[in-house]
Amino acid sequence: MADGAGRRVDPDVDLRVPRDRREVAAHPAAVLGAIAAGGVLGALARAGLQAAFPHGPATFAWATFGVNVSGCLLIGVLMAVLRAAGGGPPLARPFLGVGVLGGFTTFSTYAVDVHAALVAGAPATALAYLAATVVGALFAVWAGDTLTGRLLSRGAR
Amino acid sequence: MTVLLVALGAAVGAPLRYLTDRAVQARFGSAFPWGTLTVNVAGSLLLGALAGLPTGPAVGALLGTGFCGALTTWSTLSYETLQLARAGGRLPALVNVLGSVAAGLAAATVGYTLTRTLAG
Repeated sequence: MADGAGRRVDPDVDLRVPRDRREVAAHPAAVLGAIAAGGVLGALARAGLQAAFPHGPATFAWATFGVNVSGCLLIGVLMAVLRAAGGGPPLARPFLGVGVLGGFTTFSTYAVDVHAALVAGAPATALAYLAATVVGALFAVWAGDTLTGRLLSRGAR
Repeated sequence: MTVLLVALGAAVGAPLRYLTDRAVQARFGSAFPWGTLTVNVAGSLLLGALAGLPTGPAVGALLGTGFCGALTTWSTLSYETLQLARAGGRLPALVNVLGSVAAGLAAATVGYTLTRTLAG
């Protein structure tokens, strides 16, 4: 990868990737505005799903589980597409990755819901939710990135 | 009204995640994703603290769903873990995901216990 994006660890920002390092100094308002706008859209979608599928403290948080696993699938798809496109348009990663998907998925609600299930006396639910999210998130990001990468390399041939 | 509060919180939380991540990487390097761990633990602490307080729906929408929700992330965490594993770092990958979960749960517990105790 000429732009160093192939070695990227952090999809939000990796200061070893030259374009990531320079983007804020070059276009601060555009980059931070794209992240904020994407974050608003992602958070509203998450809030809508959580309101549509509410859960009690002792029950499995299906909405947040679905949000987090699908968001991990989509970040895998997105990063594979951007990698194949040499990084893609300058605001694609800030808007879609950092903003929309970062705002859509949530770690704090996950942690607090696991804790709430423990406090509510439902350790089995807490453990199932804790483990299912970890396994689901990792499988989803792997599947999204790997399958998209394969499809794109087949299309390029 | 709830929609506006969630939007306002997220409009601050998402850019703050990005800027915190940059600042942490500038200080500690980019080999291990300390920046994402920082925002995920800080957001879990704050949301845990909110859960221990008798807050209304407006505060929950602004600071909980909006700010903490957008400040913290599973998508970034999972992709980092995948990339660490691909770079040959099975151990760093496992430490990243399991360490984040353990630290986030601990932070949520501390936040909840603190405000619950202080609020009596």
